[in-house]
Amino acid sequence: MGDTSEAEPDAIATAFEDESAFVPYLAVGDPTYEESLEYVEALAHGGADLIELGLPFSEPMAEGPTIQQAVTRALESGMTPERFFEFVEDLEVDVPLVCMTYYNLIYQYGPSEGPQSFVERAADVGLEGFVVPDLPAEEAGPLREACDEFGLDLVFIVAPTTRGDRLEEMMDRVSGYVYVQARLGATGARDDVSDQTEGSLDRLAGWEIPKAVGFGIKNGEHAERISAAGADGIIVGSALVDIVAEGHEEDRPVEETAERLEAKARELKDGALDGTERLPEPEHP
Amino acid sequence: MSHGNFEGYGGRHVPDPLQEPLEQLATAYDEIGTSDEFQADLRDLLEEFAGRPTPLYYAGNLSERYGAEIYLKREDLLHGGAHKINNALGQALLAKRAGRDRLIAETGAGQHGTATAMVGALLGLETEIYMGKKDVQRQEMNVFRMRLMGAEVNEVTRGGEGLADAVDAALEDFAENVEDTHYLVGSVVGPDPFPRMVRDFQSVIGTEAREQFLDRTGELPDAAVACVGGGSNAIGLFHAFRDDDDVAFYGAEGGGEGSDSSRHAAPLSSGKDDVIHGMKTRVIDEDVDVHSVSAGLDYPGVGPEHAMFRAVGRCEYSGVTDDAALAAFRELSETEGIIPALESSHGLARAIQLAEETDHERILVNLSGRGDKDMETAAEKFDL
Repeated sequence: MGDTSEAEPDAIATAFEDESAFVPYLAVGDPTYEESLEYVEALAHGGADLIELGLPFSEPMAEGPTIQQAVTRALESGMTPERFFEFVEDLEVDVPLVCMTYYNLIYQYGPSEGPQSFVERAADVGLEGFVVPDLPAEEAGPLREACDEFGLDLVFIVAPTTRGDRLEEMMDRVSGYVYVQARLGATGARDDVSDQTEGSLDRLAGWEIPKAVGFGIKNGEHAERISAAGADGIIVGSALVDIVAEGHEEDRPVEETAERLEAKARELKDGALDGTERLPEPEHP
Repeated sequence: MSHGNFEGYGGRHVPDPLQEPLEQLATAYDEIGTSDEFQADLRDLLEEFAGRPTPLYYAGNLSERYGAEIYLKREDLLHGGAHKINNALGQALLAKRAGRDRLIAETGAGQHGTATAMVGALLGLETEIYMGKKDVQRQEMNVFRMRLMGAEVNEVTRGGEGLADAVDAALEDFAENVEDTHYLVGSVVGPDPFPRMVRDFQSVIGTEAREQFLDRTGELPDAAVACVGGGSNAIGLFHAFRDDDDVAFYGAEGGGEGSDSSRHAAPLSSGKDDVIHGMKTRVIDEDVDVHSVSAGLDYPGVGPEHAMFRAVGRCEYSGVTDDAALAAFRELSETEGIIPALESSHGLARAIQLAEETDHERILVNLSGRGDKDMETAAEKFDL
């Protein structure tokens, strides 16, 4: 993370201060702009420390059916990069917001080629950073520079198979936090939480940057276990998107779905806090 | 470090879980795929199983009509009826040597899925094909062919239920089963190493054609012409001629209702730089509906090496409309007794244009596939 660690503690660093950050994800505009506003705000009320806002892209890669369908619903409701930025401006939450999307949308935005315009606009509306699943660290030079120019963070996803040079490359270019993928495969809520998580956390033990673990966390007990394994935060997407999908399919009132999301958020945040309490004294090398 | 860099196009734009398997594949290809032993075995299979070499055919009747010598590289005569088998054999043999026992592939019209099912049966590899539900309904015959050869055909019901959704489902499978599975990509698209590996497996087309052309005429062609969807048959033809500066390259894209209309599949002649399906390349504008009368050209992006050829001016790309392709389809059938695939008809239409409008004297066209699969479209359009 280079020089950024010496900067003043920013909003993202603050979000991870208690080492039990709860980081939810929702696809923006799923199933509509207005409902989506309510849902994101519900997550903030439920204790989110940082929120990953998904800007839907028509050709996502290696996403499970849950997120896929959320993306399809959001696109059908007319979500675009411009609407996404308006959404961020309309949101009334006071936690840091990170944009999760594909490089295609970042690259093509604005009059000139390259990531510059997108990052500038993101900084304007108050976003704090980006997660870009299809952008490998070795291709991330231009986006990293733009992020530095506008003071935003760039998060990378570390997979159980990420090792060697690629891990080094990520370490050089990452800032904000690392997204640790708990197991191989596409995103989606699972009943088991893999022990690949511990392996991944071990490999990153020397990194002085918060480590948030995602993929497969669906309840408080999972959150507790992941947190107790040494994660600084937990990332939850599919389990929350499921609640939105269910509400949509069963025509539930918006308030009811929002309440369910808030309750789920509380359960996950409490789980993460409980897990941290179980942690032995930290051993920082 | 940047992978598979074609003057800034290409690369490996994929989520991190896919990085390691792609790296392994690249290593396997560089170490095993280029070895003499592997190449010899592949050559045997290409000859005995697939039917290589394919003839270079002088289309006398067509040539007489347009006043230029038109030669066809007959990839339509290969087993399966298209150039797809060159690549499928190469990748499947590589997968087997690298210790994989399972193949997966996406397919749109079913041609690539069929080629994958053929090599899966041949080499005793478990084969699973992802195909959008819409395509399953449209291309029933190919579904039957795949199943008959023992492949499992997986109907994809997410998203638009088309090719892009099949790609996504296949990628998801690949990410979960990287240990034993090879994802057999069907064209020179996607993340590195696919664009260069598929090009190498298809380059047999141009290598043969170049030698045959020299044997027959004592000279090289003035122009090499091929249709471009993902672009594997075109790269396959062009590769052997890349340093022959006097051989002009022409790529015929799916022009749909016209490259300046809102319905086409011509990212090279009308599109912009972008990142899609793991590569940086040219992609059609977002307000354009991806469309071509031929399923094989119906793709929003294109192989990164074509994006490079366009940028450096090595190849001239233009859209051939549905109507022009259909006319060439009919014309070759009537004049030469050869029914070309609708995809290949785009290249043929461009060649006819060149014969009429330029002073190219010897034109080589890649007849990448046969038209049997397009009979329903033809019957409807021509009221047969």
